[in-house]
Amino acid sequence: MSEYLLEMTDISKSFPGVKALDNACLRLRPGTVHALMGENGAGKSTLMKCLFGVYTRDSGTILYEGEPLNVHNTHDALVRGIAMVQQELQPIPDRSIAENIYCGKYPVKKYLGMKFVDHKKMNEDTQALLDRLNMPFDAKQKLGTLSASQMQLVEIAKAVSNNAKVVIMDEPTSSLSLKEVDTLFDIIRTLRDQGCGIIYISHKMQEILEISDEVTIMRDGQYIGTWPASELSTDDIITKMVGRELTDLYPPKISSPGEVAFEVTDYTSIDPKSFKDVSFSVREGEILGVGGLVGAQRTELMEAIFGLRSHTTGEIKLHGKTIKIASPTDAISNGIALLTEDRRGSGIFGVLSVEDNISVASLRDYLKFRAFLDEKALAELTEENIGKLSIKTPSTKTQIQNLSGGNQQKVIVSRWLAKDPDILIMDEPTRGIDVGAKYEIYCIIRDLAREGKSIIMVSSEMGELIGVADRIMVMCDGRVSGFVSGDDMNQEKIMELAVSFM
Amino acid sequence: MTKSTKKITGADVKGFILDNAVIIMMVAVAVVVGILHPNFISAYNFKNLISNTAVRFIIALGVSGCLITKGTDLSAGRQVGFAACIAATLLQRSDYAQKVFTKLPELPIAAVVVGLIIVFSLIGLINGLIIALLNVPPFIATLGMQTVIYGFCLVFTGAQPIGGLRTDYTNICSGSLFGITWIPYLGVIALFVGILMWVMYNKTPHGKSIYAIGGNENSAEVSGINVRKVKIMVYMTASALYALAGFLLGGKAGGTSASLGQGYELIAIAGCTIGGVSSNGGIGKVGGILVGVLVFELLKIAMQFMGVTTAYTYVVQGLVIVIAVAFDIRKYVAKK
Repeated sequence: MSEYLLEMTDISKSFPGVKALDNACLRLRPGTVHALMGENGAGKSTLMKCLFGVYTRDSGTILYEGEPLNVHNTHDALVRGIAMVQQELQPIPDRSIAENIYCGKYPVKKYLGMKFVDHKKMNEDTQALLDRLNMPFDAKQKLGTLSASQMQLVEIAKAVSNNAKVVIMDEPTSSLSLKEVDTLFDIIRTLRDQGCGIIYISHKMQEILEISDEVTIMRDGQYIGTWPASELSTDDIITKMVGRELTDLYPPKISSPGEVAFEVTDYTSIDPKSFKDVSFSVREGEILGVGGLVGAQRTELMEAIFGLRSHTTGEIKLHGKTIKIASPTDAISNGIALLTEDRRGSGIFGVLSVEDNISVASLRDYLKFRAFLDEKALAELTEENIGKLSIKTPSTKTQIQNLSGGNQQKVIVSRWLAKDPDILIMDEPTRGIDVGAKYEIYCIIRDLAREGKSIIMVSSEMGELIGVADRIMVMCDGRVSGFVSGDDMNQEKIMELAVSFM
Repeated sequence: MTKSTKKITGADVKGFILDNAVIIMMVAVAVVVGILHPNFISAYNFKNLISNTAVRFIIALGVSGCLITKGTDLSAGRQVGFAACIAATLLQRSDYAQKVFTKLPELPIAAVVVGLIIVFSLIGLINGLIIALLNVPPFIATLGMQTVIYGFCLVFTGAQPIGGLRTDYTNICSGSLFGITWIPYLGVIALFVGILMWVMYNKTPHGKSIYAIGGNENSAEVSGINVRKVKIMVYMTASALYALAGFLLGGKAGGTSASLGQGYELIAIAGCTIGGVSSNGGIGKVGGILVGVLVFELLKIAMQFMGVTTAYTYVVQGLVIVIAVAFDIRKYVAKK
């Protein structure tokens, strides 16, 4: 038997208009954690889906335990001992944890020659599995009673439940708290010590360097190389991923804020558990960062300001004048835009074209004869934005769901740029986006501020807040716990404010 | 983009056949039946086909907006039937013995059509309000409306058939432009409605908003689209088209009863779906809907020519719905 548990060689895969994988390779040793890294759209998830049987590769070979492996669906892969924790969860909230874990492979008992689900065995086995992995859940509990991050842990338990030899984890920590990440790492170490090979996909450098033994880097669907994790630094990884030296993570802060443009006073939600008595202001040309822990009600506040949620008391002033916002339409007509946190859920129109996605909010600004769309102008608008934000798309008519996350985000940013808003609220503008595209988004934000626009940027990444914002408002438990600016903008100060009411 | 210079490969041909399976099947049926029964390809039969398709097409265009916004309209057929009954009672001959409104003067036809469209738009408004403001699922809301409309129609007609229609009315629905048999007025009217709807879907902000709502309702709201207003307008437009279709159908048949229009919504939904309107919302083209409806009518007439009994016609139509959609849907399902 070879020294590798899994060898993927020269894997290629094309989608209409895109070559997603171009001779990609990956070699996984048993009993190791192997990080797979690359920018969004580099082909990491595609490569894993080819291994897991979700996609069929166009060419290339896969050797598994020295034997050629050809799986045609995920069931085959699971039977062969390959499991995958998906980036997007697919939970069934109204069924128990045990039923979720054993979905599709229920243990059966025979009775009068007929097969029935053996609930007792299923629950006991699940409980044993949860206990082994130190997960404090009851197997019979409905999955829906868990938080999103707890569900993620259950998803991992599900992957492990098959006695898998290869476990693929695609961004498993994206919704986990620090403590839960520790739990996850314990699970990963346990699996590794049992001889499993773990393929770990993440954008978080610290995690990679902490947990992995080897790192394979991909770029544009191609294999760049494999190195022991101990020989790499964060900068090395970024350089290899991006293919060029990234000298700065953030564009320089050049700003000269002007008059107060936007003022929110005593905003209180209709929901007593949400935000209360929030007051803040933003100047022209200023980037106001909004920090806080998950659950600090930052998104809820922004959505209420934009008219998507209701408030009881409070006032909004734009350039000194009180305005009323009851719906997004009101907000937009007052020159306010919101880039939502949930790109898939409330950002993109998956089946519509890139052009439709860019123009949707400003259709009524491009009319001829006051009723009909000026298609030429819309096409120009699209081309202009694709060029300006360097959006990678085969054509303007491509469905946006075929683009990578970073490019989708740029399309939505274009949608708002087309409206030329004075106040731009961006909720987690770089979530799930690779390093290169992040820098481009920061540059766009900075350029807008330089043009005199007011930016409100909600972010959970402390480095991003400190690197991009001129001033940071920190929220805790629905209230504003403080503002930091200048030399006070450091992790310790922000963290202190973020937990001040707890 | 320079397709003309590209060599045509076997895969291209296969792809073309699969992508246009519905149209190819339709042409094949027409040719085969035409050879076996030369009468099939005649001006008279052509007119018959166009007239039947025209009314169905208008109904399908009405339903299409509901489908594209992830809704549906099960009240379509009953609304068509009710509109036909109202049109018929208002346009009866003055010398007809069983005239419903004996003292009714001779109304201008245009006034009847406009009146019907306005009244039915109000029915659509109610559908839209129930769906958009009360958040009742469209399937349920329009199922209720279907039953209510049928009840009103029975009350209105006293469950009696309505005949004795004015000839100026029936002429519109069975006559032909310039007396050329194969250009029936119905076809011209349907073509006009089709063009209007095509312009609405493709050239106006309202049309783009319909696709956007079907594509992702949350994103549409965030993008400043007034989702409720657009949905209400979709159901109003739909009902306005049913009113027109009902008016045409009443005159075409020469008489009506409350049972007219039963099940038409299902034929319309089938036509839309065969024509590529996605039941997941956000996708659908006017040209596709025309093809979908045409396939249905063509098959029905072809089978009549072949002497297939009505009972078997249903079996074939059912199979065609499923097979056509199975072929068509592969265009939209992401290849793995």
